[in-house]
Amino acid sequence: MENKGIGQAGSLESNDLMVTVNLMVREDLDIELESIVKEKFGKQILKVVNETLEEMNVTKGHIKIVDKGALDFAVRARVKTAVKRAMGREIG
Amino acid sequence: MKPLRRTMLFVPANNPNMMVNATVFQPDCIIFDLEDAIALREKDSARDLLVEALKTVDYQGIEILARVNPLYTPFGETDVRELVKAGLRNIRLPMTEAKEDIEKLDALLAELEEEHHIESGSVKILGAIETAKGVINSPEIATASERMTGISFGAEDFTRTIGAERSKGGEELFVARSQIVLSAAAAGIDAIDTVFADVEDMEGFRKEVESAKGLGFAGKSVIHPSQIPVVHDVFTPTDEEVEKALRVMQAIDNAEKRGLGVISLDGKMVDAPVVARAAKVVRLARGAKIL
Repeated sequence: MENKGIGQAGSLESNDLMVTVNLMVREDLDIELESIVKEKFGKQILKVVNETLEEMNVTKGHIKIVDKGALDFAVRARVKTAVKRAMGREIG
Repeated sequence: MKPLRRTMLFVPANNPNMMVNATVFQPDCIIFDLEDAIALREKDSARDLLVEALKTVDYQGIEILARVNPLYTPFGETDVRELVKAGLRNIRLPMTEAKEDIEKLDALLAELEEEHHIESGSVKILGAIETAKGVINSPEIATASERMTGISFGAEDFTRTIGAERSKGGEELFVARSQIVLSAAAAGIDAIDTVFADVEDMEGFRKEVESAKGLGFAGKSVIHPSQIPVVHDVFTPTDEEVEKALRVMQAIDNAEKRGLGVISLDGKMVDAPVVARAAKVVRLARGAKIL
């Protein structure tokens, strides 16, 4: 069960990532990124995360990403699911 | 040309690694699974992952299907709505028991095609038959919609519904498998055989594939990449079969050029079933890259 305002999605398997979203803690947006490929792809991951958050109208909250070498499509999907869960949308 | 569906590889839609790399194994079709492989609490995340994969991953011409959740569950309709919008064009509907199950999906797809300006009728359906009731109703299921490309057989649930145990020899499945093939053939669509769960038993697997081919199945659902080459090998025609098929096709071509209505080869009349069989052999030979 997710607490209101908090959502998590993904896994720590190779080529995946774990996204944890807390929409209740801040008045601005804080994105924390841990990645096995941060040096090379950190910028690109953050770009995809920011774009996805913008599409979903998320302007504040703490977003933690633990990346295990995920491709862009997985980053987008995991952020979307975590945000939807944090917003308390039905899982159906 | 009609696509080959010798192998349909199941890939759980919650595994980004497999979702990108499944193409390496060159199955004819990939089925992204949102149903049995996905736990209830992850139905939403698997769907989101598949939506994003469909939008961006290049599947190199491999036919992509999604096994959605049944429409009577809280997830099925959302699966179909989101995936079609993202570009999915083939749906494998599990637990199909009656033509009404297909008609319900057909109506939903018609609505979505209109809403998203997708060509009418372009989203196709493969109905998975997994119960005694489904087998009995398979002739109506196979013809329930113009969208049908095939029906598949699921033996695990089926044996449970008839109160039998699944045996290595598969005697308990014989009537059902034959019925599925007949229903598909009468409807002019593909019959796809059940999965073989023991991925270590390659000898038993090969025997089951040979039996499926012998019964008339167009292909088999597979759960592990190692099963793919075995199916493709079994479905590869012999040189003799290919040569004969090519001669039939040549005879048709010659007869058409000369305006002849009746075709003969080696003094024997070549009728429609012979032509269909030859065309199938040519398709399989091309698929196996021996032609």
